[in-house]
Amino acid sequence: MSRIGVITFPGSLDDVDAQRAVRYAGAEPVALWHADPDLHGVDAVVVPGGFSYGDYLRAGAIASLAPIMTEVLGAVARGLPVLGICNGFQILCEARLLPGALARNTGLHFVCRDQRLRVESTATAWTSAYTPGQEILVPLKSGEGRYVADAATVDRLEAEGRVVFRYLGGNPNGAVGDIAGISSADGRVVGLMPHPEHAIDPLYGPSADGLGVFASMVQAVAAA
Amino acid sequence: MPKPEILDPQGQAVAGALARLGVNGVESVRQGKHFELEVDETVDEETLERIAATLLANPVIEDWTVRQQA
Repeated sequence: MSRIGVITFPGSLDDVDAQRAVRYAGAEPVALWHADPDLHGVDAVVVPGGFSYGDYLRAGAIASLAPIMTEVLGAVARGLPVLGICNGFQILCEARLLPGALARNTGLHFVCRDQRLRVESTATAWTSAYTPGQEILVPLKSGEGRYVADAATVDRLEAEGRVVFRYLGGNPNGAVGDIAGISSADGRVVGLMPHPEHAIDPLYGPSADGLGVFASMVQAVAAA
Repeated sequence: MPKPEILDPQGQAVAGALARLGVNGVESVRQGKHFELEVDETVDEETLERIAATLLANPVIEDWTVRQQA
């Protein structure tokens, strides 16, 4: 059974839901601690949502320098798949594992709603279980979710098919190009603002559409 | 400070509040951060620049200036 690590920082909120999603997808979740510079041999890592270090300095800035992130950086260079959700996406951008940054929502409001997305790329370790162009419904809950990057970076992401998720039915936060999630050049590292881990069972969420993210990972690990 | 091309909705909200306060003539507001560091003589300008570029600011969306006072 594949083992997928979920990092807990001080202020992480969604680590337990991420662990549950991993379990639903048929893998074993492994709790990782921010101060423990050891990945315990996991096959992939999820950096969950929340408010790590109280969003002090900038969202994700302090967490990007946590001891475990040094290990994550080294492992990504060797091909470890990493998923950053919400605050996890902010952390991956601050750690320079993904280009760009997340800024305060244009409307200044914290946005909390069920959000329709289009899966723009299934060529990543975290989206292979979807069909290209598939529309999914997952919760979005963030105050600093506006994806920004310089025009050259956005053009490169679009041209290389690295925009993985795009907002549908109105842009909730002013993100450039309606971008909700992006990937690294090799498709191993993915970050997105909406929360697939909150939509794995219709009993608890708006859909089970988010489970595909974790199912993709299990497939990718099994194929490796 | 947020780079000029980065939309600053917080600054815009402050500008809106100034207008409601009855202050005229403020054409725009941009909001940034200010850090004060007390350092000893071993911390040179280059180190301060590195601190600013790697931690205090996010070069993707922010510009910064380092100023030293005796």
